[in-house]
Amino acid sequence: MSFRPPKDLDEQARQARAKLTAHRDMATWGEKLVPLAAFRQAAARKGLKLAQGDRESAVLAYTAGLDDPTPVEGPYSRIAVFGGIYSNHLALLELLEDAARRGAEAVYCLGDLGAFGPNPEKVRPLMAQGQVLSIQGNYEESLASGREDCNCGYTDPRDNHFAEISYRYTERNCSPEFKAWMGTLPRRRRVRVGERELLLVHGSPRRINEFLFHSTAPVPFLEVLLDQSRCDGLLATHTGLHWHRRLPSGRDVVNVGVIGRPANDGRTNVWYAMIEAREEELGVELVPLAYDHLGLAAEMRSEKLPEEFVETVLTGWWTTCLEILPARERAVSRF
Amino acid sequence: MSLAEITPLSAPRVELKSLDTLWFQVGGTVCNLACTHCFVSCSPTNHTHEMLSLAEVRRYLEEAARLGVREYYFTGGEPFLNPEMEAILAATLEVGPATVLTNGLLLDPGRCARLKALADASDYSLDFRVSLDGWDEASNDPIRGAGTFEKILAGIRNLHAAGLNPVITVTEVCEGAAGDEGKERFFALLRSLGIERPRLKILPVFRIGAEAGRSGAYESWQRLREGEVPDGALDHLQCSSCRMVTDQGVWVCPILVNEPEAKMGETLADTLGDFPLEHPACWTCHVYGVSCRT
Ligand code: SF4
Ligand code: SF4
Repeated sequence: MSFRPPKDLDEQARQARAKLTAHRDMATWGEKLVPLAAFRQAAARKGLKLAQGDRESAVLAYTAGLDDPTPVEGPYSRIAVFGGIYSNHLALLELLEDAARRGAEAVYCLGDLGAFGPNPEKVRPLMAQGQVLSIQGNYEESLASGREDCNCGYTDPRDNHFAEISYRYTERNCSPEFKAWMGTLPRRRRVRVGERELLLVHGSPRRINEFLFHSTAPVPFLEVLLDQSRCDGLLATHTGLHWHRRLPSGRDVVNVGVIGRPANDGRTNVWYAMIEAREEELGVELVPLAYDHLGLAAEMRSEKLPEEFVETVLTGWWTTCLEILPARERAVSRF
Repeated sequence: MSLAEITPLSAPRVELKSLDTLWFQVGGTVCNLACTHCFVSCSPTNHTHEMLSLAEVRRYLEEAARLGVREYYFTGGEPFLNPEMEAILAATLEVGPATVLTNGLLLDPGRCARLKALADASDYSLDFRVSLDGWDEASNDPIRGAGTFEKILAGIRNLHAAGLNPVITVTEVCEGAAGDEGKERFFALLRSLGIERPRLKILPVFRIGAEAGRSGAYESWQRLREGEVPDGALDHLQCSSCRMVTDQGVWVCPILVNEPEAKMGETLADTLGDFPLEHPACWTCHVYGVSCRT
C-alpha cells in the first residue's frame, strides 16, 4: 500500500497555510475568519451565567443520591467477596475452603463466571455447594441474552480476537440451563456488614462494563459516585486488578480483583477480598490465593485453549487485553 | 404555530449523563505547527483562544472535584507552549488522571524526565498522545509541515527513553491508516524505534476548521435531526459525559471550540444541562462514533 496524496495537495496546502498565518488579530469562527474582538464578544454573550445560589443548587442536584430499590441483605460480620471466575474451578474450590477457614458467613461473587479458562460447567456445582450469592457480569449478561460478543469493551483488534475465542468456547460449552440461570442473577446487591451498607456491582454502579482501575478512579470521583449510589462502601471487579481506597469521608471502595487469572504481577496466585465489621471502620483485607495453577494449565491445553492464556496462568503476566490498562498499570506490565 | 414548531429540522438534544471527562484548551489555539487538517485551525498566530493559566485551571479543578470528574485531558494548540504546563499537570495529578495531547515537537529529554517524575509521584495515571499523520516523511510532512516527521519521532523516542509510552494518534487523513495493513505499518514503525508495546489510536476527520478547506465542508444533508437518531445512541456521544474549558468559558466539547454557539457557560455548574446537536460535526460524531478520549 502506498500513500496517495490528493492530486491538488500542494495547492491546498499552500492555501491552508496562507490562511493559517493570516490569523493576526483575527479569529476562526467556524469556517470564517472574523476580527478577534467579534469572536470574543459573541462568546461572552453565549452560555449561561447562573447566580451563585443557582450554581450551588445545580451542583447539589447533580450529586444527589438516586433511589435504588435493591433489597438489603445481611447483616453479616464477615463476608468473602470475589470476582471473575473465568471458569477457573480449581481456584474457586480453593477460595471456598479458604473463606470457610477464615469464618466467612456468606460468599459473594461479582460476576464473570466464564471466559479464559476450561470447562465452564465445572463452576456450577461448586457455586451451589458453596452457596455462593452472585450478580451478573458482562459475560453472564451476554451469554444469557444470546449476544454475539462478550461486551468486554475492548477496541484493539488483537484483544478482540482473543476475547472472541474465549467467548465462543464458553458459549459452546455452557448448557442452556446454565445460561438461563445466569440471566436470573441480579445486577447488583446491597449487603450490610456491621453498620455499613455496601453496594456490590460488576463494573461500576453506572455500567456493567465500566473499568474502575486504581489509577483512573480518583478520590473526588469515587466520593460523588458513592453519594449518588447512597452507600457506605462499594465493591466491584471487571478490571482483573485488585485495590482498596479508603476515602476521606471514611467510606471504602474495593476492587476485589479476580480469581480467574493472576493480577499481571509475575505471580501465579489470584486475589479476593475479606470484608468484616469493625468498631471504627470497615475491615478490608485483600487475600492472595494460591491454587493448582499447573493443573489448570494442563486442562486448558487439553481443551486447546490459546497458548497465550496458558502462559498467563503459568507466569502471572497478562498476554492479552492489555490495551485496557491505564498508563500507570501498563507501565508495570511485562507485555 | 411558531416557526420552531413547524420546522422539521430541529436537532436532537443531548443530556449530560455524568461529567466524567474535563478538557482544557490549555494551549489556546496557538501552535508551533499549522497542520492542513487541524479542525481548530491552530497556528502560531491564532489567538482565538488564549492559553490557560495555572490559576484558571486550579479554579476549574476545584469545581470539577465537587462534581466528581473522573479524568482530565489537555490540548491546544500545543500544550507545551504554555510556560505553566508542567505546574498545571502537577496540580491536576493531585486530583485525578491526566492525558496530554501533543504534537511531540517540544519533548526534549529534560522535559521527558521531568514528566516521568511527575507521573511517578502521583497515584493517578499520566498519559500522552502524540499526533503523527503518516509512516514516513512523504506521507506525514505534507500535512504537518516540512521536517516534522523526524522531529515527531525524536519526541516519541525521548518519551520512550524516559519510560513513558505514548499513544500515537493518527487521523484518517492518512489514507489506509484505519485498515489492518495501515495499522501494522505504524506498529512496525514504532517497534523500529525500540517501542516493544506500541499504542495506536486512529481518529476520523472533522471537516471543520482548516480541514474544511482541505477536503471540502459538510453537505447540507449531513445533519442530525430529531427522531432520526435511535434511543440511547446519544449516550455514546462524548458530549454526554464531557465539557471543555477555554480562556473564555466552558464549551460543550473539544470539537466545537471555534463556535461561540457551543459555549455553555462560565462555570461547570452552568453547563450541566442539555445541548442541541445542530452542528454538522455532530453528524460525524454520531455516524463514526467518535470519542476524543484515548
Ligand atoms: S493539528 Fe495539532 S499540531 Fe497540528 S496545528 Fe492543530 S493543534 Fe497544532
Ligand atoms: S461535535 Fe460531537 S461531541 Fe461536540 S456537541 Fe456535537 S456530537 Fe457532541
